[in-house]
Amino acid sequence: MILASVLTTNLAILVLAGFVGFIVISKVPNTLHTPLMSGTNAIHGIVLLGGLLVVGLSGNSAFNKVILVIAIAFGTINIVGGFLVTDRMLEMFKSKPKPKPTPAEGKDAAGKGEAGGDS
Amino acid sequence: MIHPVMGTFLQAQSFLDVLYIIAFGLFIQGLRGLSGPTGAVRGNRIAAVGMLIAIIATLLNVNEGNWGLIALGIALGAAVGIPAARQVKMTAMPQMVALFNGVGGGAVFLIAWAEFRRYGSTYNVAGVPTYVAVFSVFAAIVGSVSFWGSNIAFGKLQEILPGRPISLGSAQQVVNLVLLILALAAGVDLVSGAHSELLFIGMLVCAALLGNAVVLPIGGADMPVVISMLNAFTGLSAAATGIALDNTALIVAGMIVGASGSILTNLMAVAMNRSIPSIIAGGFGGGGAVEGASGAGEHAGTVRSTSAADAAIQLAYANLVVIVPGYGMAVAQAQHAVRELAKALEARGVEVNYAIHPVAGRMPGHMNVLLAEADVPYDQLKEMEDANQEFQRTDVSLVIGANDVTNPAAKNTPSSPIYGMPILEVNESHSVIVIKRSMNPGFAGIENELYYDPKTQMLFGDAKSAVTEITADLADV
Repeated sequence: MILASVLTTNLAILVLAGFVGFIVISKVPNTLHTPLMSGTNAIHGIVLLGGLLVVGLSGNSAFNKVILVIAIAFGTINIVGGFLVTDRMLEMFKSKPKPKPTPAEGKDAAGKGEAGGDS
Repeated sequence: MIHPVMGTFLQAQSFLDVLYIIAFGLFIQGLRGLSGPTGAVRGNRIAAVGMLIAIIATLLNVNEGNWGLIALGIALGAAVGIPAARQVKMTAMPQMVALFNGVGGGAVFLIAWAEFRRYGSTYNVAGVPTYVAVFSVFAAIVGSVSFWGSNIAFGKLQEILPGRPISLGSAQQVVNLVLLILALAAGVDLVSGAHSELLFIGMLVCAALLGNAVVLPIGGADMPVVISMLNAFTGLSAAATGIALDNTALIVAGMIVGASGSILTNLMAVAMNRSIPSIIAGGFGGGGAVEGASGAGEHAGTVRSTSAADAAIQLAYANLVVIVPGYGMAVAQAQHAVRELAKALEARGVEVNYAIHPVAGRMPGHMNVLLAEADVPYDQLKEMEDANQEFQRTDVSLVIGANDVTNPAAKNTPSSPIYGMPILEVNESHSVIVIKRSMNPGFAGIENELYYDPKTQMLFGDAKSAVTEITADLADV
């Protein structure tokens, strides 16, 4: 009984997560589909947690430890690499501050300390 | 060390659940940020914070030491992932995404394998319900398919493997089906309690061969569909791992990725007017080429070629120029040259936009990333529907390395293999300049009627040098 309820709860979470995923992802414009893919690459790096949990359980042989270390490394590549590369791409999409018409204007702004507003 | 009472609190299931719920909230909030360019960077960082919380929560809950192994795995992953992410060129992004998909799938099947071995090479163990076995086997098969399929996709995109379809011809589908049945049969046997590590390895091998067999016959132009599909596979296999391990963070995150990959796969297939099964079955490249070859002779029209100097004059006196980039622009790394040309035109008061077909390039959104790298403003990047409304008032459409996505045969010629595919209607504009290396038909081997249109002029050459030449000539106009 208890096990069945764990399964049904998890299946309910699965279905709801699927709906939330569809709604959220549908709003992403075509233009941002490549960063979306690399971002979701980072998110499926969540399998790292599986590696961490299983390596922490008892009864792992030496060979198991080797494959789990590889799995943890793979998950980490996904997470670290995925988020970094997505960040790099999205920075390029951000609207750049419009080039100032004259150099004098730029100097004025810097002098007033307004330049801190850009990122 | 942590105080015992504190330790118990940190390891309480409800505390872990709370941290996981915060983590999903951040993932979803982060992805919502991707609905526009302004919130996207922040969104990605929010999702990364969510991931960090999920990892910390899990580490608090890891009972037995093995910290050395965990640190080793994370250090190895970081040592590979960080430099790769920092150094990869934007033109190489499709293969990077393919590779990242692959390692995700790899992690999934390795974890399933380790779990199976830990149970004693059978799922027939007290305390392991059948559903755990079912989802573990699913994760192992799909993870293995995704790992090998993604590696083949990487090999093709990186040009380690030939990009053309490699297939067994008509036997291909039979072979795929047999591999799938074998993998499933092994899985069913394992779920019903078979005690054999060899069977598990056999299942992984069948799934691995299936991954190879599915992706090898797919040609370069179908890559956007394949990459999206493998993305969905990795996500779904992670969600299955989550159910097997009773870990809600894995279920939610995996399922979101599964949904994302499925949406993209479907969008790409719609943009090519092809069904997903027909792409997986492969054969488009081969079959299309035969039909295209027979159709080629029927064309009596003439092709007009032009020079960079003439193109420069036409562009200089236009009011609105729409640039249509394709994979040829990526291959020639011409995005910066294109941006320079656009800047020179804008300096003359010409309005410049970019029309981007959903399947231009080798992955969803590929052209947008390249143009963003070259500092093209986001609001000049037009999606197909918007772009098609603009062509009628466009003076010059400049097609750079795009082919099938501009072919009017998709609208006008019911016998064409690409009939029905939504295209960028560049033939509606007042005139068209096509930069192309030669008259060779594109990947699909289909003649492009656009090239025989009296409004069209061809500028033969490498995209980058041709565009650079036009920009240079523009100074003399």
